[in-house]
Amino acid sequence: MQTKRDVTATGESLVDIRDLEVHFELRGGMFKRLLGMDTGTVKAVDGVNISLKRGEVLGLVGESGSGKTTLGRAMLGLARSSKGSITYHERGGEGQTRERVVSQLKGADLRSLRTDLQMVFQDPNAALNPSMTIEAAVGHPLKIHGIAKGEELRPRVAAALERVGLAPAEQFMSKYPADLSGGQKQRAVIARAIILDPEVLVADEPVSMLDMSVRAKILQLMVDLKKDLGLTYVYITHDLASAKFFCDRIAIMYLGRVVEIGPTEEIFADPKHPYTKALLKAIPEPDPNKMVPRDLPRGEIPDAAKPPLGCSFHPRCPEAVAECGWESRDLRVLLEEHWTRQETTSYEEEQALVGSLDRLDDPQKTVTLGSGADSARVRGLLDRIRQENPSEPLWTGVDEISETGDGVEVRFHQGFDPELRPSGGVEVACVLHPKPVTVEPYRSE
Amino acid sequence: MTELYDAPVAARDDDAPVIDAQDIRIWYGSERGPVKAVDGVSFSLRKGEILGLVGESGCGKSTIGRGLLGLLPPGAEMDGALRFKGEDLLALPKKEMFAKRGAELGMIFQEPLTRLNPLMRISEHFEETLRTHEKSIGKEEIQRRALEVLRLMGIPPTRYRSYPHEFSGGMRQRLMIALALVLRPAFVVADEPTTALDVLVEAQIIRILHSLRSEFETSLLLITHNLGIIAEACDRVAVMYAGEIVEIGDAREVFSDPQHPYTRELLRSTISLSTTGLSFIPGAPPDLVNPPTGCHFHPRCPDAMNICATRHPVQHEMPNGTRVQCWAADLAHGRAPDLTEDDTAPLVREEISVADEA
Repeated sequence: MQTKRDVTATGESLVDIRDLEVHFELRGGMFKRLLGMDTGTVKAVDGVNISLKRGEVLGLVGESGSGKTTLGRAMLGLARSSKGSITYHERGGEGQTRERVVSQLKGADLRSLRTDLQMVFQDPNAALNPSMTIEAAVGHPLKIHGIAKGEELRPRVAAALERVGLAPAEQFMSKYPADLSGGQKQRAVIARAIILDPEVLVADEPVSMLDMSVRAKILQLMVDLKKDLGLTYVYITHDLASAKFFCDRIAIMYLGRVVEIGPTEEIFADPKHPYTKALLKAIPEPDPNKMVPRDLPRGEIPDAAKPPLGCSFHPRCPEAVAECGWESRDLRVLLEEHWTRQETTSYEEEQALVGSLDRLDDPQKTVTLGSGADSARVRGLLDRIRQENPSEPLWTGVDEISETGDGVEVRFHQGFDPELRPSGGVEVACVLHPKPVTVEPYRSE
Repeated sequence: MTELYDAPVAARDDDAPVIDAQDIRIWYGSERGPVKAVDGVSFSLRKGEILGLVGESGCGKSTIGRGLLGLLPPGAEMDGALRFKGEDLLALPKKEMFAKRGAELGMIFQEPLTRLNPLMRISEHFEETLRTHEKSIGKEEIQRRALEVLRLMGIPPTRYRSYPHEFSGGMRQRLMIALALVLRPAFVVADEPTTALDVLVEAQIIRILHSLRSEFETSLLLITHNLGIIAEACDRVAVMYAGEIVEIGDAREVFSDPQHPYTRELLRSTISLSTTGLSFIPGAPPDLVNPPTGCHFHPRCPDAMNICATRHPVQHEMPNGTRVQCWAADLAHGRAPDLTEDDTAPLVREEISVADEA
């Protein structure tokens, strides 16, 4: 049913993403909305530039909250872009291409795009309608796009099912999703995605809900389909191990940005961004001679509505330096961490000394701790914490600690937000790459 | 933090097993007949030991975890011998079992958000837990003990009066662990404790579970389908298939030299950083109402012989302490001398179709 296309990555752009931003407004309370107050914005995708080449497998890798799924959905027009553009170069006849700007399409035009760009969802239990038979579900796209109806449907559905290994197809067509196992359901979801003969498949964690022993089978199916149908894949995952096997190129995402992008071999041979390094180290390997590393990043991915100043990764980064964007909230984390190591009595004393930490919650470059009367003791506390762990990266970011009349003032260095820059064979967004020749020390933001 | 792979807790004379399970069988009732979810499982755990239980979905690993704590749903029956510090748990009256749960037998669940009460502060969770088991405990004592265990989990005391929704996913899982450990149970079951977490947070939680032995001397049964987690966190591993333990032994030994074909194929099908080609086990785990005759794994086993389809293999212990239940392993180690040539001929089977999978 499908025609075979040239499958080698040609370097020819298929989808171009330029300065893409997808922002979600937070609704806030009714009072704030009535007064028109700013309720905040979640920058799910915050300035991404990627071009997807024809025939390649591009991996989008990151933790939950990194914006990888939103980026994948935006490519299909399933998430509205706030800024920037997504251009799909549709292949016409005789080597001609037609440009379609996904980010501007609406209604019927947007729907017709789906014959070329399709999605495989993460959870096959949720992606199939429980009251539709497999035949109806897999054939549905053909009906929606008016490509086939009635008698013509059945043979095409059967061909798609057999293509994904659900053979003999007659055995599966009359079944409901509940009758199938997890792996079989995911095969049906893939059959539905390929039945329109698309050019691009965006696969959002297609194997992460499946049992370990089935994951390899579904990945193998995707490899085979790519070869036979000439597909181009965007593979969204949090699992670097499967990305290493499957992808030609990998983009590592963190809090809405691409922090490192390059050919898979280069990324794995010489990971540059500290976040990439951390992800690699953290993969549990079934090799008893490897151990969990000591220097894992602390904490979790921050709230995208209130991203850290400077580089988003700096609060967790084991390699952070002075210009990474240190600020008041990092000081709060440091104090709280210190208190997890203290006895309750000394914690209570020290807490009373420092006062409420809530004033550290708004990002500031200069903060005052304690009160005028106690400033010497607060300073002593900070010195003690510093002595406990002098290699704590936060201290590199402290410009000056001074006792003022109101308490102890901590001033942080100015930081900056690194852009994606070429370094070796990849592009990295980190102040440490490419190796600074002479970075002017504390450039203002 | 403690280094992983520190020496196993030294054997002492008083090192009687904390949990000793012998020939445990658990059945569920169903319309089609009894489901033999666990079929003759034996293992024991010493003080401070971590045993990993691994297998595909539906092999009975969660059922065992629940059975050990007496948390089976109505309609399930359990048989065998289960001793906790020498005491027969299956003979205990319901009320006494209830008192033991939490205080001496703990459980860490998969989804922390559904297990924490959204309307209760963290402090109230600890109050409820401690008061249930120690009626006369004072408020200050509760706070002291709660803060101590929270500290070990890396949760700052400033967050003691927060609500569950104010914590991130990883923090919530730490809270669950803290709540399970505040009563210092001697035995804890952790059922897929990191499945819902991101890879970096997962690694943090594995570290914490691994450090339990030094901080609490807790014995841990870690249930997971991720072989990587077992390799990194466990002393011993038990591989389950269709309600049976097919191989159990020292985690390093089992991973570096798997004896059972199922263990070997499971390791090969795991996608890791060193994966260069995809490998998988054909077919799906069997229906436990009517499992295959002989060795339950024979329809999917690449090494299956004629004997495997007819006679159930016996568990044998290897010199290194690994116990394995497989005819092919017996043959390789000269423990099956009475098998005829016909018995050991490769089994001729119908090919398993691609679609027949889990």
